[in-house]
Amino acid sequence: MATVITVEKRREDFDVTAVVTSIQSSAETALGKLYASLPKGVGAAGVARARAFARFERSGLPTRRIEAWHYTDMRSALREAYPLAFDYAMNPTRGLRIDLIDGAAPDDLGQQTWPEGLRVRALRDVLAGAGDDLAAKIYPDQGANDAMVALNAAMSGDGLVIEVATGARIETPIGVYWRSGGVTPRSDFSRVLVLLGDGAHITLVESHAAHARTQRNSAIVFHLAAGASVEHVFVPEFYEAESHVATLIAELGECAAFNSFALIAGGGLLRRQIFARCAGEQADVAFRGVSLLGGKQHADTTLVVDHAAPHGRSRELFKHIVTDGASGVFQGKVIVRPHAQKVDGGMKSQTLLLSDDAAMYNKPELEIFADDVVCGHGATVGELDKDQLFYLMARGLTKAEAEALLLDGFAREAIEFVSNEDVRSRLETLMSDWLESRPS
Amino acid sequence: MLEIRNLHAEIGGKKILNGVNLMVKSGEVAAIMGPNGSGKSTLSYVIAGRDGYEVTEGEALLDGENILALDPHERAAKGLFLAFQYPLEIPGVTTMTFLKAAMNSQRKQRGEAELTTPDFIKKVNVAAERLGVKKDMLRRALNVGFSGGEKKRLEVLQMALLEPRFGILDETDSGLDIDALRIVAEGVNSLRSPDRAFLVITHYQRLLDYIVPDNVHVLSKGRIVKSGGKELALELEKNGYRDYGGEAA
Ligand SMILES: Nc1ncnc2c1ncn2[C@@H]1O[C@H](COP(=O)(O)OP(=O)(O)OP(=O)(O)O)[C@@H](O)[C@H]1O
Ligand SMILES: [Mg+2]
Repeated sequence: MATVITVEKRREDFDVTAVVTSIQSSAETALGKLYASLPKGVGAAGVARARAFARFERSGLPTRRIEAWHYTDMRSALREAYPLAFDYAMNPTRGLRIDLIDGAAPDDLGQQTWPEGLRVRALRDVLAGAGDDLAAKIYPDQGANDAMVALNAAMSGDGLVIEVATGARIETPIGVYWRSGGVTPRSDFSRVLVLLGDGAHITLVESHAAHARTQRNSAIVFHLAAGASVEHVFVPEFYEAESHVATLIAELGECAAFNSFALIAGGGLLRRQIFARCAGEQADVAFRGVSLLGGKQHADTTLVVDHAAPHGRSRELFKHIVTDGASGVFQGKVIVRPHAQKVDGGMKSQTLLLSDDAAMYNKPELEIFADDVVCGHGATVGELDKDQLFYLMARGLTKAEAEALLLDGFAREAIEFVSNEDVRSRLETLMSDWLESRPS
Repeated sequence: MLEIRNLHAEIGGKKILNGVNLMVKSGEVAAIMGPNGSGKSTLSYVIAGRDGYEVTEGEALLDGENILALDPHERAAKGLFLAFQYPLEIPGVTTMTFLKAAMNSQRKQRGEAELTTPDFIKKVNVAAERLGVKKDMLRRALNVGFSGGEKKRLEVLQMALLEPRFGILDETDSGLDIDALRIVAEGVNSLRSPDRAFLVITHYQRLLDYIVPDNVHVLSKGRIVKSGGKELALELEKNGYRDYGGEAA
């Protein structure tokens, strides 16, 4: 039964000015019980996780009154919290593919031979021995005040720690597959830490599979030392998750480059949130994506790119195709700190709405405190162009073929930026499948 | 081949075509000339099936069949082709992808086998070579960033590949340089045959030196007001449209 408690929300922690009395929802109560049932963490990581849960408890599940969550109300989306699923069953690695089943890492990571310069461990094996420095990397400040990030920190007993040594360039893409371990309702929490030394390089494909009664909260945290570079791809496959909060945090050193692409299709509620910080000079980040939304899906992409050093560059390009009664959200905030001169930022969100019931909410924001910067943003929402459709039909394409070709072209403009050819063609196949099965 | 009978059409309540009568026989090339805004493009759009026009009276028969109730792609599959005055840009779709989709769509609708990729590429290369269409244009997004002349050449390339029975060219000559004009005209001429016909819309008699028409029609205020042989174009070049309800040249 719901208990009535008084929660005081401190200004410095939260975007809330008033002291709010709230009734804990049954999901929040259940999450508290789930947390209590976990083994107590030890060491610096244990302290960080306990602090994170306290933070979550203070704020509760985010509601639309929290500005950053205005379009995605987690409190009403999560009516109940599903039981925690942990599955340490045999979960072997295959090549450079690592499966996280219900958030749990394989138990044979230590026996694998990885390419030179690559080290992969289970987060559960790292947590107990983590000192302050490592704990600060696993639980960075960026995004830490977000309730769902805090909940992830508190609840994630497992995941991965991937280290790429200084100068090591791992050319083969590493696939991390998040999967549901069974068909019963389950919630999984996991965190992946990726540490890149100076000049290191990795391509990481974040692949999500989940059945329809999965509540997932996944976080992936990248630290890029000077000159390091990452190609990151987020892709759902066999993906029907009821709700999923997927957080990406990236901290970039000098001349580091982070290039990320997300294909979003399938599932119920998906909140992707990105916190990227260009801490070193000349850091370069790019976040792009395509959302293909149908049915009653809701997909929210919320990103903060923080330019904390001069000569940084950021590019965001998100393409949304929204049909049926689905809804999409894009909130993008680019911050340029006072001394971060000569920053070059460009953000675009483009939407095609294919039905009257489809909805898209765009909120681009620039917070620029330096005077010598070039930053722009644009958001468009429209329908398929009638003249383009006519042109194609006048050449013999049926209406459905013409629409599919235009939609394909629209999305391809973003997919083009994925540099790995195999990964790109996999994305193109998934996209064509969606377009072909699209109800017209 | 194409017969237009008493065609009246309006857009947004505004009358544009006011009873067009026109007959183009198999094997024939007909030219339409007329002042700006007289309805030439409107006529070509109505024939091709663009949305938004209301046909209030009349019919358009292709080989005896009224095509006005058909969708644009059905008309295309029956052999109708319109080279646009302003070709559309399609971002993200390469010219090659588009050409293959168009050719195979028409084949499918006619119950013919689809082209294999090598056959398709061979056909495109031959036609592109002949019409001076650069290879890199075929790899780029359709018409995106193409110059005015390049777009027009590509319209003719599409026509050459789709081999229509009835082709309408709406000011395909405007924007072409002198050499391109000749190349494009040769492209059209090589398609001329006893079982094809063309309707060439132009402002300039010069095009008609290259594509010699059998008949010339003057469209003014939504009606054909004069028809004649190729010498009519020369007369118009000299005197303008003042005798046909247009402004003095
Ligand atoms: N959507 C529209 N709404 C209102 N009027 C229109 C619309 N489209 C065309 N018109 C008008 O219809 C008339 C005929 O236009 P059309 O494009 O057919 O002329 P045209 O003979 O092809 O001219 P040009 O030689 O300049 O190409 C013009 O007066 C034009 O302004
Ligand atoms: Mg015109």
